[in-house]
Amino acid sequence: MSTEWPEEAYTLLREAGIDQFAYVPDAGHQHLIDRSIADPEVHSIALTTEEEGVGLLAGAHLGGSRGVLLMQSSGVGNCINLLSLVRAGRFPFLTLISMRGDFGEGNPWQMPMGQSTQPVLEACDVICLRIDDPAEVSRTISAALTTAFQNEMPVAVLLGQKLLGAKKF
Amino acid sequence: MADPNEGTRAAGKTATGHLDRRVAVKTLLDMQGDVLIVAGLAGAKGDVVAAVGDDPRVFGFGGAMGAAASMGLGLALAQPEKRVIVVTGDGELLMNVGTLATIAVANPANLGIICVDNEHYGETGFQRSHTGLGTDLATMAQGGGIGAVRTVRETDELADAGEMLRNSNGAAFVLLKVAVNEPPKMRTVWDASWHKNRFREALLGHP
Repeated sequence: MSTEWPEEAYTLLREAGIDQFAYVPDAGHQHLIDRSIADPEVHSIALTTEEEGVGLLAGAHLGGSRGVLLMQSSGVGNCINLLSLVRAGRFPFLTLISMRGDFGEGNPWQMPMGQSTQPVLEACDVICLRIDDPAEVSRTISAALTTAFQNEMPVAVLLGQKLLGAKKF
Repeated sequence: MADPNEGTRAAGKTATGHLDRRVAVKTLLDMQGDVLIVAGLAGAKGDVVAAVGDDPRVFGFGGAMGAAASMGLGLALAQPEKRVIVVTGDGELLMNVGTLATIAVANPANLGIICVDNEHYGETGFQRSHTGLGTDLATMAQGGGIGAVRTVRETDELADAGEMLRNSNGAAFVLLKVAVNEPPKMRTVWDASWHKNRFREALLGHP
C-alpha cells in the first residue's frame, strides 16, 4: 500500500490540531498508527475495543483537545450505543474507517459488518464520506475535519477497499 | 435485625460491603481539591452530585453505559495539569473492563478512578452483579496493569485511598465496597450538550 496518501492524511490531521490518536491495531491504518506512535507531540492510544475511542474523543473535547478514532469497519458495530454520547452531547467526532467486507473482499465473515457499516453509521446520524481514489484523500479529509470540528458534528471517512486493496486469502 | 432498605427497591438485598456510598464518595472527593470529575450513569452520578453539588466541573452520564472511564482518560490526556477523577459503578465498569488495561498502558499521572461497588445493578431493580458473585474489580485493575490500587472496606481506610488518588504519579484505582441501598435521587439537567458546554466554559472559558 502507498504511504503517500496516508502521510498526507497524517499531516492534515496534525495541522488541524489533532493530538489524540486512538486506534485498534489494523493493517489499513498502519502508517497513521506508526506515525502517531513515533510522534512525541501526540498521544497514541491503543484501545482494547473501538467503543473506548468514542468515550476518549468526547473526553478530549471536554478538555479542549481534538482526537481521531482509527478503526476497521468491523469496529463500527462495537461503537453503536456509545455514539449516544456523541449525539446527546453534540460532541465533535471524527473517525477514519478502513473498510473490510467491501470491494473484492475474500473473507465472507467480513461481509455482514462491511456491508452494514455505512447504513448503521447513518442511522446513528454520523455523516459518511467515502474515498476510493487516492487523489480524493486530501480534500475529503479536509472536508471531514471542517464538518467534525467547525460544525461539531460526527463524521466518518470510509477508506474503501478500492483504495486500500483487498487482503488476499 | 430490621432491613434498613425496607420500603425501597433495595429491600431484602445484601452486599459484602458496608460503607455508606454517599459518605465514602464525599470523603474521597473532599480530599481531592480542585479536580475535574466524570460521573458514570445512575448511582455514581447521584453520589457525585450529592458530594460536590451541581458543579460545572462535573460531566455526568445519563446513558452510554461503559464510557465514563474512557472519557476520563481523554480528558486527563487533554488536561495534564488538572487532576481528573472518574466515579463509576461496578455494573458500568464490568461493561467495559478492558478500559482498565487501556488506562494502565496510557498511565496518565493525573487520572484516578473510584468504583462504587454495591454488587448490584441499582438502576434496573437491584439485580446482583458479578462482583457479588466472586468477581474482584480491584484484582482486574491490578491485572490490567494499574500500579496504584486500593480496596476500601472500612472508613479508616478512606484517608489512605484518598491520598493515593491525589498524589499517585500514575493512574490510580479505588474500589469502594459499599452497602447496597437506594439513596435519594439527585435531579440534574438531562441535556448532555448543556453539561458539556457548561463544563468547557468553566474549564476553557468558552463552550
